[in-house]
Amino acid sequence: MTHPSDTGPAPVLALEDISKSFGAVRALRDVSLELFPGEVHALAGENGAGKSTLIKTLAGVHRPDAGRVLLDGEPVVFHGPGDARDAGIAVIYQEPTLFPDLSIAENIFMGRQPRRALGRIDHKATHAATLALMERLGVELDPDRPARGLSIADQQIVEIAKALSFEARVLIMDEPTAALTGSEVARLFGVVRTLREQGAAVLFISHRLEEIFEICQRVTTLRDGAWISSEPIANMTEDDLVRRMVGRDLDELYPKQDVEPGEVALRVKRLTREGVFTDVSFDVRHGEIVGLAGLVGAGRTEVARAVFGIDRWDGGEVEVHGKKLTNGAPSTAMAAGVALVPEDRRAQGLVMGMSIERNIGLTGLRTTVRAGLMDRGAERSRSLDWAVKLQVKYARIADTVSTLSGGNQQKVVLAKWLATGPRVLIVDEPTRGIDVGTKAEVHRLLSELAADGVAVLMISSDLPEILGMADRVLVMHEGRLTAEIPRAEATEETVMAAATGRAAA
Amino acid sequence: MPDSLTRAVRWDTVVGALLVVLLLLSFGTVDGFGNSLNLSFLIGNTLPIALIALPMTLLVVAGEIDLSVASTAGLSGAVMGKLWNDGMAIETIIPLCLLLGVVCGLVNGLLVTRLGLPSLAVTIGTLAAYRGIAQIVLGSNAVTDFPSQYLDFASGRIGNSFVPQAFLPFLVLLAIAVVVLHATPFGRSLFAIGANEEAARFAGIRVKRHKLILFTVTGLMASLTGIFWALHYASARYDNATGLELSVVAAVLLGGIDFDGGKGTLGGAIAGVFLLGALQNVMSLLNVSAQSQIVVTGVLLVISVLGPRVARQISIARAGRRAASTPTS
Repeated sequence: MTHPSDTGPAPVLALEDISKSFGAVRALRDVSLELFPGEVHALAGENGAGKSTLIKTLAGVHRPDAGRVLLDGEPVVFHGPGDARDAGIAVIYQEPTLFPDLSIAENIFMGRQPRRALGRIDHKATHAATLALMERLGVELDPDRPARGLSIADQQIVEIAKALSFEARVLIMDEPTAALTGSEVARLFGVVRTLREQGAAVLFISHRLEEIFEICQRVTTLRDGAWISSEPIANMTEDDLVRRMVGRDLDELYPKQDVEPGEVALRVKRLTREGVFTDVSFDVRHGEIVGLAGLVGAGRTEVARAVFGIDRWDGGEVEVHGKKLTNGAPSTAMAAGVALVPEDRRAQGLVMGMSIERNIGLTGLRTTVRAGLMDRGAERSRSLDWAVKLQVKYARIADTVSTLSGGNQQKVVLAKWLATGPRVLIVDEPTRGIDVGTKAEVHRLLSELAADGVAVLMISSDLPEILGMADRVLVMHEGRLTAEIPRAEATEETVMAAATGRAAA
Repeated sequence: MPDSLTRAVRWDTVVGALLVVLLLLSFGTVDGFGNSLNLSFLIGNTLPIALIALPMTLLVVAGEIDLSVASTAGLSGAVMGKLWNDGMAIETIIPLCLLLGVVCGLVNGLLVTRLGLPSLAVTIGTLAAYRGIAQIVLGSNAVTDFPSQYLDFASGRIGNSFVPQAFLPFLVLLAIAVVVLHATPFGRSLFAIGANEEAARFAGIRVKRHKLILFTVTGLMASLTGIFWALHYASARYDNATGLELSVVAAVLLGGIDFDGGKGTLGGAIAGVFLLGALQNVMSLLNVSAQSQIVVTGVLLVISVLGPRVARQISIARAGRRAASTPTS
């Protein structure tokens, strides 16, 4: 049995032998899970292991084909998300969707604001109720502030407050930390601990193992839709957990090869985009992996976008192999051998409704052409070639990319760009939201590319990734480059000092 | 479900099948439908819709729309009539009118791509503006005395068959459009732009340039249609082709081109065009009033926006039921 003790409190929510299939894909097979009041329970597994399906089953989005959902020991059937919410189950997604023009208080009490006579909204009561919620969470946020412009971290807090206002007893947090900075994660964890002490059950999903070990008491692992284990986390090591998720021992997570850097491939000189970043200069040499670190919003992504030509720059210049790039023209950057793997794979990296084959093919529209017409054979073999090289797991190359798991989608984005044979590869958050097995694969790939002479610029908010993979670390703070730290001297402390604007040690 | 069956429920195939059914039914039951004069009317009256539907399909696939096409056609016809009245040679007038169409399209394209305005709003504006200019140019005159060899070409038939002479050039244009949309990098880019413009830009596709080209070609084709219209009906008036954009958009959407962009085939669009054309023809034969025909077109437009969505919902529901009926352990 997976039950921690038969004498303890009863689980507030339990899944019993849940199965769910989509067409021929069996997303969940006989999965069981118990959530107790006052625990933070991790749900671990690689992409495609069935975590999302499990969450959606709990949230009433999916109805299981077999098995039971028990609420306080009583079997329940959720006919929709509304039922689950009424039962006290709330889901906090990675990227909340608030109404940007409404205030925080209005967002929380949308559609059920306290009323005064004649049905008028009681703003005072709304304000007070919101303040009380924030106090319960131990957070300071002005209830009257509009949601527009709130950081993702603050938006999540608003969602949590909203869940509390529904008297939620079970909070499901789906990768809440993926887009947060270190201090934001710390604050979120403070809120989670507060909720736990108040008796809530929290189901916590994260690809960052250290977070699971920091905040969770128990962990349930899924692999390929099947339940693997549920156990207290205190008895485990990170290696134990990875073994359960992956089903084997993992290769090294940061397989960085030592490379002697070659000629300068990319030279960025005094690049400025007004109000976004200022006077940014750096080189990337062939064979090097240069990490670009900094807090979210420091201007890292914006520099990458400008270099590749997505946004125009106002001053400075960009050279590849000594040749200047045209301002604001991705096609000329591509022709010069630059590739950009963007941070948002769903919005920027992929056309979700298009096939794997054609998504990879999009960067080859100039090359897989014969007599002005698409050479479908060449397109297919180019796409297949790279999908196989990157070990993308798919049923058919003509399937739409939306059928793939997140990690495999990311591999398709990488395939799409590696197929152009880039000499300068810019990757923006290359492993965000993908599982640890795929992450190791991506790192090995980047390392091999660098060893083959590609100049790699890697933007990442994952500090261990920067420290593990980069030959040099550039750090940005508020739109400026504040430090350049060689691999030997790069530590969490030196990088964070520069990223937060304190003088580099 | 086998592959062939899933594909069989695709919307454009449904429309093709509907067209065949309508034609067979009409041959059997509608008096006067099958005679060659009526068939030539059917095709001749549908050609203006079909001509504009070619670029419109590409535009909608790329996530844009042009509602000013009928006004551009009307303006071209009006200018043609005015210049002919002024004594200019028809061989000079036609290229000038085509150039005018290019300018009309370019204006739409520049407003959309340079100023970033939504094409729906821009082209509703130019719909009114171009028609207004047409009225200023020609007033309430009707010009009918175009040279007879041109009138004969635009209304004549091939030998003794029911096929209008103008149908052959249309087939050539259709073939070009099919190749451009479905077999060139340009066409492939349009699908990417329509489905996810940002991802297309990140893949190095020059989104604005593609759109500008599309709007310009649409203007050109609309003007070609305006010239054909004036010659086919031997009448150039400022209000030629009024309301044609409704038929074109209805037909294209009926043919399964997704209004949100990124999906559809030219085959489906053309099947939609001739389905609508045949329906209008049959309604005329059955003495349905012109006003009622517009109502039918409007209803079809709504159905064609809903239809593919409903079909998708049905196939999803079916897939769900199938999944539920397969044993899971």
